[in-house]
Amino acid sequence: MIELSPQEWTAVALSLRIAAVATLVALPFGVAIAYVLARKSFWGKSLLDAVVHLPLVLPPVVTGYLLLITFGRKAPVGAFLADHFGIVFSFRWTGAALACGIMAFPLMVRAIRLSIEAIDRHLEDAAATLGANRIWLFLTVTLPLALPGIIAGMMLAFARALGEFGATITFVSNIPGETQTISAAIYTLTQVPGGDAAALSLVIVAIIISLAALVASEWFARRASARLHGS
Amino acid sequence: MLVVEIEKKLGQFSVNALFAGETGATVLFGPSGAGKTTVINMIAGLLKPDRGRIVLDGEVVFDDAARIDLAVWRRRIGYVFQEGRLFPHLSVQHNLDYGRWMGGHTADPAAFAHAVALLDIGHLLERRPGKLSGGERQRVAVGRALLMRPRLLLLDEPLASLDEARKADIMPYLERLRDEAKVPMIYVSHDAAEVKRIASRVVRLDGGKVVATGGVELLSA
Repeated sequence: MIELSPQEWTAVALSLRIAAVATLVALPFGVAIAYVLARKSFWGKSLLDAVVHLPLVLPPVVTGYLLLITFGRKAPVGAFLADHFGIVFSFRWTGAALACGIMAFPLMVRAIRLSIEAIDRHLEDAAATLGANRIWLFLTVTLPLALPGIIAGMMLAFARALGEFGATITFVSNIPGETQTISAAIYTLTQVPGGDAAALSLVIVAIIISLAALVASEWFARRASARLHGS
Repeated sequence: MLVVEIEKKLGQFSVNALFAGETGATVLFGPSGAGKTTVINMIAGLLKPDRGRIVLDGEVVFDDAARIDLAVWRRRIGYVFQEGRLFPHLSVQHNLDYGRWMGGHTADPAAFAHAVALLDIGHLLERRPGKLSGGERQRVAVGRALLMRPRLLLLDEPLASLDEARKADIMPYLERLRDEAKVPMIYVSHDAAEVKRIASRVVRLDGGKVVATGGVELLSA
């Protein structure tokens, strides 16, 4: 059986919370950016595309360091957010969620963008002739038809966020109970003598969570596409 | 009453259409590539003409000189597409209700029941479009366009994707629609036999131009 100390359970719970918050907060931005990239043409579009994909190609430590010098307590954006809105990222779990959200963002955007590009635009024309303005058209046709891709994007983002290590540890360190996720806890355990058994338990927990997320997203995606294809 | 005077250049091809539509069914007749679909897309607002004007029941919906170009969703022009274009994620019932929702109208059970009976689609309401036959799909598409309370109904070769037997099945519904629904129709077709049955008047298009307007006698010419 898996035996975890309270501190390790905390790391598991924290990982789930961080990954879930990162995914949910990133979702509206992901849908918006994916829509713009799929549908609009404008000056600077390839630049936006490149910026969105940066976290995928940059070393995670570099992303983490960039977050640190942008959103740190004394950094310009970080100080502004802390002074005006009371939002602090540095060395908080919220910072871990920010790092995970940014690392997961390109995967989410790619999946949603593909599904928006695959939508038959003729259906949107039909909705417009039936009196749907842009907003209603988006809510009642585009969004539901993109749903399988949105679910896939959320799943990929959640998995990526759960596995995030480099950017998180660089940005918000490895503080038990605050920023120590499963990955960081496993790393810590492998650095201390006799930590192997506990590390293995956490590894098993990580595998279980990932598989559960995969199965759940498959189920949702199948239901969503069954709805689209008429059963 | 519909007045159409529009020009559009699409690459080498140009469309120049000038005709009027009244109650009953005005058929745009001509070979494929004559520009029929282009014309009704411009009437619907899905394609913007380069020049000209479109007036529907006294309201100018397009006029390049006056810079009027009413958005598609504000035109209240029903459109039955060749391939139906039903929303795959909605049931037949919700497809039929879509135009009413978007128009912000309250439910009108009598109008709904009338359209459903006219098109004989009552047994399909719970189904999804993916489970319908081609003929059923087109009847639902007609119902959906009708139930948005359009000022004008555009039908773009609504029978073209069906085999002969199916066409014969649906034709009576379209004739009833023309005679009972009191919505003027613009009906696009290249099939003379179909046109003879449905047309109140014929506008003959060829190479993007109106070459003749008149009654069904144009078909034999």
